[in-house]
Amino acid sequence: MFGFEKAHPLRVAGIALAIGISTIAAGSARAETVLRIAMTAADIPDWRGQPDQGFEGNRFVANSLYDPLISWDLSSSDKEVIVRPALANKWSVDPSDTKKWVFELRDDVKFHDGCAWNADAAVWNFERLLSDKHPAFAAFNFARARARTNNIERIEKIDDYKIAIYTKIPESLFYYNMPFLFMLSKCALDKAGNDYNVYAKAPVGSGPYKFASVVLHERLELIKNADYWDKKRIPKHDRVVLLPMPEVTTRVAALLSGQVDFIEAPSPDTIPALNSAGMTIVTNVYPHTWPYLLNNARGPFKDLKVRQAANYAMNRSEMVGLLPGVAVPSNGIFIPTQRWYGKPFQYAYDPKKATALLKEAGCYPCEISIAISTSGSGQMQPLPMNELVKEQLEAVGFKVKFATLDWNSLIDIYFKGQSTFPYDGVNFSSGATDPLSFVKSTMTAYKSPIGSNWGWYSNPEVDELGNAVLSSFDPTVQDELITKIHEAVVRGARNLMIVSDLNPRAMSPKVKGFVQAQSWFQDITQIYIADK
Amino acid sequence: MWYYALRRILLAVPIALGVSVICFALVYLAPGDPLQSLIPAEAKPEDVEQIRRLYGFDKPVPVQYLIWLKRAVSGDLGVSLQTARPVLLEVMNALSNTIIISAGAVLVAFTLAFVMGTVAAYHIGRPADRFVTSAAVIGVSIPNYWLGIVLVIIFAVKLGVLPATGMGSKGSTSFSLLDWEQAKYAILPMLTMTLVPLGIIMRTTRSAVADALNQDFVEMLRAKGLGPAAVLRHAIRNALPQVLTVMGLQFGYLVGGSILVETIFTWPGTGFLMSKAILTRDVPLLQGAVLILALNFVAINLLVDLVQTAIDPRIKRT
Repeated sequence: MFGFEKAHPLRVAGIALAIGISTIAAGSARAETVLRIAMTAADIPDWRGQPDQGFEGNRFVANSLYDPLISWDLSSSDKEVIVRPALANKWSVDPSDTKKWVFELRDDVKFHDGCAWNADAAVWNFERLLSDKHPAFAAFNFARARARTNNIERIEKIDDYKIAIYTKIPESLFYYNMPFLFMLSKCALDKAGNDYNVYAKAPVGSGPYKFASVVLHERLELIKNADYWDKKRIPKHDRVVLLPMPEVTTRVAALLSGQVDFIEAPSPDTIPALNSAGMTIVTNVYPHTWPYLLNNARGPFKDLKVRQAANYAMNRSEMVGLLPGVAVPSNGIFIPTQRWYGKPFQYAYDPKKATALLKEAGCYPCEISIAISTSGSGQMQPLPMNELVKEQLEAVGFKVKFATLDWNSLIDIYFKGQSTFPYDGVNFSSGATDPLSFVKSTMTAYKSPIGSNWGWYSNPEVDELGNAVLSSFDPTVQDELITKIHEAVVRGARNLMIVSDLNPRAMSPKVKGFVQAQSWFQDITQIYIADK
Repeated sequence: MWYYALRRILLAVPIALGVSVICFALVYLAPGDPLQSLIPAEAKPEDVEQIRRLYGFDKPVPVQYLIWLKRAVSGDLGVSLQTARPVLLEVMNALSNTIIISAGAVLVAFTLAFVMGTVAAYHIGRPADRFVTSAAVIGVSIPNYWLGIVLVIIFAVKLGVLPATGMGSKGSTSFSLLDWEQAKYAILPMLTMTLVPLGIIMRTTRSAVADALNQDFVEMLRAKGLGPAAVLRHAIRNALPQVLTVMGLQFGYLVGGSILVETIFTWPGTGFLMSKAILTRDVPLLQGAVLILALNFVAINLLVDLVQTAIDPRIKRT
């Protein structure tokens, strides 16, 4: 088949002996520094191009093996994360044709197999993501990239290090799609006969790590790319081992017993034990919110007063107390450190006002149904948190009925939108990582299932601002307009805003140098393993 | 005997067909779209249709079933939606990993349970019996995921003598039961999986052997002057078909893997594989895994039936 067949478990003693000899031989050289990371993902994120497993796939696999044209600046923990040049040095829109974007490519990059990065490689990469007639087309890559490529009309080589991407409609924030599209070596795909299962045995990108080995569903090992073009991001350890470990108890036990060095998302109740064992806990704000997306088109939440009442009913401090050290109150869709946050209206806890608003709206008691999940990426501790929200809402006059679903069913509801499901809200964590996705999620033209405006929020003022953003190519104007949209959406109580996650991570005391950026993505290259 | 075996094998065919219909249909009864985890929120309807077509989900469900069945008969269970790798290979790899711990659990549980159950039956009402009965109740009452976590805390975190998770320092491809450094990874999951069958088989053995010891033929054997060991041997042979049935069922369950145990220990077996397939709505993988495990169950039961017939010839006449 594709060559990953495992050997018989009862393998002969000779193999054990060979392993022993090779281990002794390796031990005689300089000790290799290895960073072992336990991810929350249930499986190894796909390493053959566009990753799966949510943003954990981008964070640990795609951003390690590959580079996009534009990436994120993850070098600091105390400022918002913005885009930075990666395989493209510069990008700009053609003033005479706002559907034409010109990208100037770096001329000093080679893929791990020595093949050159240039305009031909870039055009080939985009075309394999766009056309099912392309010899290197793969349905999984197409599907995972489609939300970021669906406005691309065609690609054109201008010269050896310059390409033009033509969009179907003008979109000023188009370049924010680029960090999500990863560039592969054409030579490697050619060598694999354009078969991604063959390519999986020797994937080649240009990123800070090279592929070393994989054991399906168990571990992916990457080694340092000492020739990485971005000298500041050459890994400070020799090897990284990525281990999927979906169960939090297992991750914590693995860290405490020294099987791994770094774990994602320890639960709040495990943090005291980790602290007392001398582990380092790192947290930071990032563009994450844990809200209820409200059905603005029908049902009780069609009425602004009911949406406002729900927001006034929230005692966010009490919720933060439930999640000690891993959450902060949320009063928006962006977080305060993002440039587009502005000065949104603050819905302070005021249960009397909430009750009065419900009575004014003629919805008292106000029966609502909310779809929630039992777990899921970014969903934090959904069951106890939702119980507390229910308690707080019912204290002011709501009658809350939950539809409890598995995570994928909730994703289905989110993607298809409120029109297909009989719910007044859905508890779906969101990440306003880029302004393009945020703007679209607020506009009538991007109502689900066409876009990510789940609750069909519709506000002519916001639509006008949104169209202005997408057609304005002045960054200062864009920022002003996006800020206004954010303020308007918060004022209009599009969501029930509750808390934001602080994204805890735990690591062994010998893990040093990790800077937790305010992002879903992180740079692990600067981690080094200290002796103690 | 051969005619009986052939008849049982032929009877397994409609069972297998029924299993295939059920396992194909079951995954469609759950809410959610199998392609939703692949399609991003902002994909346009025409893109969604294209993706649906590319993965073959644009056809009616009965047509999809017939296509799937035709392929399945030739050993092609399709490819995983998430990994694009052949389902058969994914399941067989996972199955071989599960067999490592389930075979260990079977060996320990079946041996201990049979011996202890027999001892309890022979000493019924005495301290040995009370001890075995209590142990059996504990075995069937303690949730195995709880036991797994407790074992990890004791042996991995506190004592540091056994690893908490995984299948060897280099993964399953380097795993060897002959190498202690690798084999020790199997101990905690195997012990965790041992508990439930241990309790169940212990109780069954105790009850079956005790019943046999109370039958008239035992009095006859004693009257004829047979010693206790010989009498017990006859009683065990009479109790064996009943015990074997339960052992077969337990073996089937163990080979099917345990989602909870394998998830706690990140053991890459069938339970862990199915858990991932469920969470990601990987329909082809889920259908293939359920089919193979169900057929496995049918095969184990068939084998148990045949062994029972060999032990007790009266069975084939019924």
